[in-house]
Amino acid sequence: MSALPTPAPARTKTPRLAAIVSVTAAIALPLGLFCVILFATPLLQPALLDGFIRERLHRDPATWYWRDGVYTVALLVLAFVFANFAAIFSGILSWWERRVAGRIQSRIGPNRAGVGGFLVWIADAVKLILKEDLVPAEADQMLFRAAPYFVMVGFILTFVVLPFGESIAVSDMNVGLFFITSITALVVVGILLSGWSSNSKWALFGGMRSAAQVVSYEIPAGLAIMVPVLMAGTLSMQGIIRAQGGLPWQWFIFRNPAAFALFFIFFTSQLAEANRTPFDLPEAESELVAGYLSEYSGFRFALFFLVEWGNLWTMSAIAVTIFLGGWQIPFVPNELYAQLKGTGFPPLAWWGLEAASMLVFAAKTMVLVNVVVWLRWTLPRIRVDQMMSLCWKYLVPVSFACFLFTLLWQIAVAAVPALETAMGVGLTAVSVVLAVLFARQTHRNITAIGDRVDLSNW
Amino acid sequence: MGFQFGAVLAFTVVAIAFAAGGLTIGRLVRPNIPGADKAAIYECGERPIGSAWFNFNPRFYLIALVFVVFEVDIALTFPVVAVYRAWVSHGAATAWVAFSELLLFTLILVVGLVWVWRHGDLEWVKKVETDESAPNGQPSSLAASKRAA
Amino acid sequence: MEKLIMRRVHQGGEEMILNFGPQHPSTHGVINFLVETDGEVLRRAVPDVGYLHRSIEKIAETIGYPQFMPYTDRIDYVSAMMANEGWATAIEKMLKVEVPRRAQYLRAIACELCRMASHLVSVGTMATDIGATTPLVHGIRERESINDLLEALCGARLTYNYHRIGGVAFDLPAGWSDKALKFLDHFEKLLGEWDRLISFNEIYVKRLANVAVITREQAINYGLVGPNLRGSGVSFDCRRDAPYGAYADFDFEIPVGKGFRGAVGDAFDRYYVRVLELRESARIVRQALAKMPEGDIMAKVPRKVKPEAGEVLSRVESARGEMGYYVVSDGTDKPYRVHVRTGSFLAMGIIEDLSPGLMVADLVALIASLDVVAPEIDR
Repeated sequence: MSALPTPAPARTKTPRLAAIVSVTAAIALPLGLFCVILFATPLLQPALLDGFIRERLHRDPATWYWRDGVYTVALLVLAFVFANFAAIFSGILSWWERRVAGRIQSRIGPNRAGVGGFLVWIADAVKLILKEDLVPAEADQMLFRAAPYFVMVGFILTFVVLPFGESIAVSDMNVGLFFITSITALVVVGILLSGWSSNSKWALFGGMRSAAQVVSYEIPAGLAIMVPVLMAGTLSMQGIIRAQGGLPWQWFIFRNPAAFALFFIFFTSQLAEANRTPFDLPEAESELVAGYLSEYSGFRFALFFLVEWGNLWTMSAIAVTIFLGGWQIPFVPNELYAQLKGTGFPPLAWWGLEAASMLVFAAKTMVLVNVVVWLRWTLPRIRVDQMMSLCWKYLVPVSFACFLFTLLWQIAVAAVPALETAMGVGLTAVSVVLAVLFARQTHRNITAIGDRVDLSNW
Repeated sequence: MGFQFGAVLAFTVVAIAFAAGGLTIGRLVRPNIPGADKAAIYECGERPIGSAWFNFNPRFYLIALVFVVFEVDIALTFPVVAVYRAWVSHGAATAWVAFSELLLFTLILVVGLVWVWRHGDLEWVKKVETDESAPNGQPSSLAASKRAA
Repeated sequence: MEKLIMRRVHQGGEEMILNFGPQHPSTHGVINFLVETDGEVLRRAVPDVGYLHRSIEKIAETIGYPQFMPYTDRIDYVSAMMANEGWATAIEKMLKVEVPRRAQYLRAIACELCRMASHLVSVGTMATDIGATTPLVHGIRERESINDLLEALCGARLTYNYHRIGGVAFDLPAGWSDKALKFLDHFEKLLGEWDRLISFNEIYVKRLANVAVITREQAINYGLVGPNLRGSGVSFDCRRDAPYGAYADFDFEIPVGKGFRGAVGDAFDRYYVRVLELRESARIVRQALAKMPEGDIMAKVPRKVKPEAGEVLSRVESARGEMGYYVVSDGTDKPYRVHVRTGSFLAMGIIEDLSPGLMVADLVALIASLDVVAPEIDR
């Protein structure tokens, strides 16, 4: 029709080397990270370390002077492994989010660095390290430089108690959940510091919004956390998972109608605490330019973003732990792990089971991660006053009601244990029906405009 | 126990080392060409008007106070909640004792929340009062400070 | 302005004065608002324009009448077609040239497609300003198809320069109508998706409903035009009330704000009027394609345009409302004075009076709902 035919877009061919590197990296990096965590975490626990000291070093671990030294080295190795997991995984998630966003927005997303643009996060990291590090002359130099450390420490410390599998958690503290709620507050301190110290009004807005937001949403989140604790009778992350089961109706979310409501309240609060849409007020780019990040550049900026994407994983993992059955594999009772493990170096079957539990946990977490990403690219942002009133006028009262309901529910369940199972099966069925209806409506909406579900061209 | 909390220390050290290490590596490879413009504060390309360090009015002082009360309460409730299941499994009598204790604790908070709500402290006051003396109804800080008081 | 700054210096209270723009994602170009806030709540926002001033009106005085046509594209690059049309009709009025029917129909088609493209950008950026990034990309995707059509028609995708004094530059290419109809079929279905995706999203509605309400009287007193005026419930549209070109031949509705989700004249009304106008524009394009007369596309216009001394005002309905070209001729081949009356400039006037009591996030919604395009403010 037009006089000149449109020239076909030049096909960009990924060079062979880049293709090999990116495909290898895409497979090897997550797999390798999970493998290292799978092996390092159970092996570097005190029991096995003591065995190692006794049998290999021929010392008595109870009295040997250097035992604490061995422990320290083990812990530092573990910390190093998890810090790397956090950094690399948040990088991969940043790529993943951009790809998913591309699909949602009917565009391609990053596709230049490597196959499917997989290497883009590495390129980003390298670029950000090479960027000049600017500190405004009028900023509070010390606080400005300190803020990323607070954020980083608050983020990395969650991995101390975050479970990955049955025996795969650095330490199964008896106050695990409490530890997480307290330690994540450090991130807010960092954000508030960055907002105040920048001496920029946009940053100040961001910092203040963040403080208001996290301070408010800590309440419904705290109340929501209490319900799984009530149901499990422990604060330990692993203990809460062990109190659940592998099948959906054994998860806490379905075993108690209040927990079902609180899961959504908790999830909303987590979105708010992680500054994700619709609660991305602290860095609302269309209002505050970049919010608390306005004055940051280079690697300092990268640290904030590392935490932001890393939080995707941690917030989803916490929700999976306390509501969605964690790493529980269907039809595998908790006792089986202990039976298989025995004493001394664990046998292969046990490792296999651990790997399976890790896989289950990672799969569930990734589902939630994708929900968070999906929400971010779908929803608009709410306003500050709406954010506050949503929290204090809706979430907090409902959480209180749910909390009180659970107190009674636990007494009722103690009297009639079948109640919990019946509710579990019932709520699971309801959820499945709702999911099917949702899928049908989505399909209808897509076909209504003559589109089709197309998962090719990935 | 020592191992568990030693982990916290080790992770803190590694987290700080990670950030510091990245910045140190960056220092070796990144350019450093300082300039007055680069070191200026960003205010949409205009020269900033005044400093950003002043009494910012985030309108949630009271909410922050309420938060402190709630958060302390939640912190204190956690241990009770953790043993609630054990008390319930002990028998009906202990169950109701535990329940009434938690109920009492929660009710005090709920009453507090209701009071704060009724008192209007959860509302975000958006109305800008105008000072009669100011020309063309310009809002003045005087009216605002009166309201705050 | 100076007074405002000085007041801040003297007070040192809890208020802050900050520059909102010119380099800000939500000012839709280089516009500066001097904002006085008390925490998140605005005391007032004073627009400070002129960052993008390129003396387009002055340029008109130094070059000939036909040569000014490409410059009109730059007055409002988002809906350049209507800026073209305003200039063309003004000079045609001066020369008393009758434009051929076919050219008038082509103008209507091009302008309505351009209005759709402009409104898609407007509602898309509005969603982005509220925090939802996806609608903009979807809007831009549809705009690409419109741009393809317009490119096939006039060879340009943004600054069209399609109108000529006395007609249009090009006739329809072969097969263009079918392609346009195919796009419209797709587009009208898509508007349903648009409403599902964003218009009636609960958060979106909550952010816009009852925000920055412009009453009917205010809208008239401030001289608002176009969707901003219609959003306040005033049914006025140059295409119907002061018909020009081929618009008298078409049957279309003028959507007005009815308080779709809140008070009449709130930000949501202004937004939704634009969404409804998308459908009406599509209707007009369909009718124009169906009724397209045969004939010339250019009237007989002398090579050297030299109107008699006098003055003329043309009114066209641009995507940002009534656009007026006031042209004074002194009988030479260059205009003596040109003044362009644009919707965005008028909309800027009301911002200061609406701003007290809004929140920072509402200011963004207000600017977006007025659909301000910076180059239109600073001609």
